[in-house]
Amino acid sequence: MSDDKPTLPPEETPAAEEKAPEQTAAPETREKPENQPLSDEEKAAKIAEAKAKAAARKAAEAAEPKEPWEEKPVPPTHEPALDDPDAVALGTEMPGVVLAADRFAGEITLSVPADRIVDVCRFLKNDCDYKFLVDLTAIDWPERENGRFDVIYWMHRYDDSKRLRLQTVVAEDAPVASVTEVWKTANWMEREVYDLFGIVFENHPGLERILTWEGFNGHPLRKDFPVEGIDTGAAIYPDVYPPGGGPQSDEVEDGDGGEA
Amino acid sequence: MTAPHKSLLDVEEMEINFGPQHPATHGVLRVKMKLDGEKIMEAKPVIGYLHRGTEKLFETMDFPQCIPHTDRMDYVAAATNNQGFCVTMEKLLGITIPPRAAYIRMMLAEMQRLASHLVWLATHAVDIGAITPFFYTFRERDAILDLFEEYCGARLTLNTMKIGGVPFELPDGWLDRCSELVDGFNAHIDEYENLLTENRIWKKRTIGVGVVSAEEAIEWGLTGPPLRGSGVKWDIRKIFPYDRYDEIDFEVPIGETGDTYDRYVVRIEEMRQSVRIIRQCLDRLPDGPHMARVPKVLRVKEAGMVYGSVEAPKGELGYFIVAGEKATAPYRCRVRPPSFVNLQALPMMVEGHLVADLVAVIGTLDIVLGEIDR
Repeated sequence: MSDDKPTLPPEETPAAEEKAPEQTAAPETREKPENQPLSDEEKAAKIAEAKAKAAARKAAEAAEPKEPWEEKPVPPTHEPALDDPDAVALGTEMPGVVLAADRFAGEITLSVPADRIVDVCRFLKNDCDYKFLVDLTAIDWPERENGRFDVIYWMHRYDDSKRLRLQTVVAEDAPVASVTEVWKTANWMEREVYDLFGIVFENHPGLERILTWEGFNGHPLRKDFPVEGIDTGAAIYPDVYPPGGGPQSDEVEDGDGGEA
Repeated sequence: MTAPHKSLLDVEEMEINFGPQHPATHGVLRVKMKLDGEKIMEAKPVIGYLHRGTEKLFETMDFPQCIPHTDRMDYVAAATNNQGFCVTMEKLLGITIPPRAAYIRMMLAEMQRLASHLVWLATHAVDIGAITPFFYTFRERDAILDLFEEYCGARLTLNTMKIGGVPFELPDGWLDRCSELVDGFNAHIDEYENLLTENRIWKKRTIGVGVVSAEEAIEWGLTGPPLRGSGVKWDIRKIFPYDRYDEIDFEVPIGETGDTYDRYVVRIEEMRQSVRIIRQCLDRLPDGPHMARVPKVLRVKEAGMVYGSVEAPKGELGYFIVAGEKATAPYRCRVRPPSFVNLQALPMMVEGHLVADLVAVIGTLDIVLGEIDR
């Protein structure tokens, strides 16, 4: 097929042009420069045909609903969640303690004041049956004025597999009460938050650094801590292995090689 | 004539370091112990020797760039780490993945669970003194890693999932080879069981060691086999089904007494269930695309925080991601590593036991220090 077409005599080109709109496959388009340029009417006809095809395709697509993975993503949005039963129960037991309630991606976040956190957690554990503390962590917002850190508690209830998040705002240098008496598992999580953010938990049984070492200067997950790290003074042979690179081979050989 | 000194039996407590350079700690765990003879009076795990600041690094990277770093946390179960991150990101971005991608993910994750449990069984048995299972389990693990290598080119740090699906279509003949492996796998599990389950020494070393009651397990936040071994039916694949686990038929095995032997039985049964899941995925693997239609640059629409979790071989692996409006990188990405929380229960489990039992308990918790220290 591709052998005979380029040898077509010039007088047969109209026939080839008539065929061209139907055959939209790649090999034909390569031959176009050899054909005579299209007249205006033919161009207009082609455009109209292409438009009709596109419209037909659109109509077919509209008739046949697309699968969710072919559509654009549908991001979650924030909704108020003050009607949540746990928010209501908490508000009834301790009026004014629920500062805000938000539902996002199916997860409920209740904002509570930091000074009531232990009472709130104890109530949620004993009365609302949140026996399981899944996670405890913090977020650093250095620019925020009403308190630098968010401490996040994320808990789980077995009966209906419901999860609830508490968010409490803590100012820099302000301590927050430990919930280790409520859930034992909070122990290491609070130590980690103390280590990486520098938030002090009061009444914690042993608030020590956990991932870095005792005497480490700084709290790595604070936003003002440099990503590349700090000079901890922990380099073993600073003269042989200077900061900012590997050993400099000549100096190593001169300095230590002879004595070894 | 009375002796002026104490009797020989009246020894003082002795402080001993176990690790961090000790093969039975499965990495760089250090346990500071106070011993009375061979009895552990107090044990204090010291961690952080492998801390690489992964959570800090996440904050400097785009969402897709984070995925290779998740491999390096639980390095014997990289695929489930990828899965956890991708599932959470899809929740934040509102992406639905195509069924074929979900089924490929489930197959990879369950194969990874098998591989991870095989490493656990091998090292746990070696710790207790049975060296033979090691050779059997690593033979099968190698076959699984070969399949991983064929799929994504890597054996350990797989980086095998993308936000919105999986990066590649399955290679030709992969399904047949996977099918062959799966068909023969239960016979291999029988081999391990022949070596251990009714073995008198194995039973003596594991029954009644490191007992955790169901209440204690919940109080200490245990997840995964340590929680199920205590008789609590809890599996993220069942309670918050991600990918397409709701279409799969499988059981959640639980133990009774919560000792080391029960956790062994639970994990062995989990391996059989994983085989069952892979078999179902192979039989039902749907056609279609392996990636959802996602934009080139993944951008969060509304500022917010989400938590997503998967049932990793060690327990509940959670990712907590905070992102600002129109962000392309996480503002904060917290990883809830199952091993970190499970290890916290170690002192409670070993106090009053012998030093040799500490090794058994560390083995039964199935910790990976790369994940604990991050």
